[in-house]
Amino acid sequence: MKNGVQDLFANRMHVLYLMLGALLIFFVAWPLLRTVTSSSPSILLETLREAEVRRAILLTFYSSALATLVAFVCGVPLAYLMVRIDFPGKGLVKGIIDVPIVVPHSAAGIALLMVFGRRSLLGKAFGLVGLKFVSAAPGIVIAMLFVSLPFLVDSSREGFEAVDPRLERVARTLGASPWAAFWRVSFPLAWRSILSGMILMWARGLSEFGAVVILAYHPMIAPVLLYERFESYGLRYARPVATLIILICLATFIVLRLIAGQERRERGEA
Amino acid sequence: MTNTGKIQIHNLCVDLGKFHLREIDLEVAAGEYFVILGPTGAGKTILLETIAGLYQADQGQILIEDQDVTSLPPEKRKIGFVYQDYALFPHLSVADNIAFGLKLRGVSHAAINEQVETMSEMLHINHLLHRNPRTLSGGEQQRVALARALVVEPRLLLLDEPLSALDPETRQRLQQELANVHQKLGTTTLHVTHDFEEAVALGDRIAVVHEGQIVQVGTPENVFQRPASPFVARFVGTRNIFQGHIQGTDGDGYKEIAVGQIHLAVVTEHEGAVHVSIRPEDIILSQDVLHSSARNCFQGRIIDIADRGTIIYVTLRVPPDAQEDTATDFVCVITRRSLEEMNVQEGKRFYLAFKAAAVNVF
Repeated sequence: MKNGVQDLFANRMHVLYLMLGALLIFFVAWPLLRTVTSSSPSILLETLREAEVRRAILLTFYSSALATLVAFVCGVPLAYLMVRIDFPGKGLVKGIIDVPIVVPHSAAGIALLMVFGRRSLLGKAFGLVGLKFVSAAPGIVIAMLFVSLPFLVDSSREGFEAVDPRLERVARTLGASPWAAFWRVSFPLAWRSILSGMILMWARGLSEFGAVVILAYHPMIAPVLLYERFESYGLRYARPVATLIILICLATFIVLRLIAGQERRERGEA
Repeated sequence: MTNTGKIQIHNLCVDLGKFHLREIDLEVAAGEYFVILGPTGAGKTILLETIAGLYQADQGQILIEDQDVTSLPPEKRKIGFVYQDYALFPHLSVADNIAFGLKLRGVSHAAINEQVETMSEMLHINHLLHRNPRTLSGGEQQRVALARALVVEPRLLLLDEPLSALDPETRQRLQQELANVHQKLGTTTLHVTHDFEEAVALGDRIAVVHEGQIVQVGTPENVFQRPASPFVARFVGTRNIFQGHIQGTDGDGYKEIAVGQIHLAVVTEHEGAVHVSIRPEDIILSQDVLHSSARNCFQGRIIDIADRGTIIYVTLRVPPDAQEDTATDFVCVITRRSLEEMNVQEGKRFYLAFKAAAVNVF
């Protein structure tokens, strides 16, 4: 550790790089810190007492968690296939999974609206079973799912890529069916990457605004609520909500990272 | 000891694009230790993995104990597999690695513990059971991999270059262990290697594989004495390989090995029946008895001179007047210039000398 500090200043290049990097760190940390310290605890508490605010925050957490769950169920198997099998069109599949990262999220919202809208085929079909997407919680979930699933799939893929296929083969020769080989060998070994992908995806879902606002302005998730307060009442009213959201997201993010880190240490990979 | 697993392979063809196997025909007797020898990329691993069911054969048949397993998935074939780099499960302890196959079979907890204990004692790893495999040395890891494969009592043990990743000393010890375990359990074993001496030391029989085809099958002596093709001859190399028996020390740190009618001085830790090899370039040919640091010096009669351009292989029979079946024939290599200067001719008597340290015992 002490050496690490010395090494940072070991030569001019390091010092220059340190200064350049520090600019970025300040650029991120300063506005966050400024917002977090701008509202007094009493105002924050008062904001938290508002039913509208609480509802919005809970809805955000809950929707993002659901989206992550859906992506876990469908995305982890996909990631596994993409690593283990050289099927034709694999490059295309990889591309499709990553497209949401480059599409502007408001455009993604429009695209989803075209398919899941009230008058679309899929929208009508889901309507028959009482599931509607526009201006409803399911719309929020699919919007979050669309824009954040690349994080989970890519991270799971990296996890499986790090598992030597020979471990599975040995398991097979020892009597494991393909299922048993997956659940007893590949999945546990890729779990850390999958978990960190889930955390990333969930956090990315929490912060989604563009796609959600087009599909479902109401019910309001926290980022939409914040936007509405800013538009209607100005910075002063938006600030406590922003502070609250940042604090809660930071806290959960840190807790989840700690859990993932502990998992790693327990398996002796520190 | 009950011998397991006769294997028959008929006309096996596998095409994996980069690698392929063509028309493999092979029969391995129950309890036999069979070595598949070939250079890297010859398709040895593919052959082993196809027998294990990890690749589907495009053509042909694999029978284990007269049961056609060609279309069975690997988990139904009742085999054991050991890879060169051990492939231990890094998220499980040594004990859980060994118990893996037993757990899948639904063996009771108590029975698992007992069998893991027995197997790890046999392979001398019982003090490592609670450890994480990543903290073990290569030799220890390979013992664990062996225990894991053997504890489920496979009909057939498949070893893919099991010694190649180990340092020479560990390799030597583990090679001995493989022989011991095979003797104790009698499990039919298919062992893949590119190392000829490993093949000679362990194999009851050897199959030489080249470019996806079996080019020769036979006992080790057979293969190196009568290579069936120029490839086999080149791959096996021209060398002096003899069977012998260690007689004990002569007091100076050397041991003596009886080979045919002569005794060789060697430096080794081995005991009992062994193989020795001496590289032809390590043997010095002289007209008179050589007084030098070379502990081994014998008179022989030249029975063959093979001209390979600048290099000439000379074969000497020791002792000079012995019959072919009781003699030991040494091949040594000399330059054309030596040939002309010493007037080396068939039928002439010469002395050959080599250091005890030049004799490789295995």
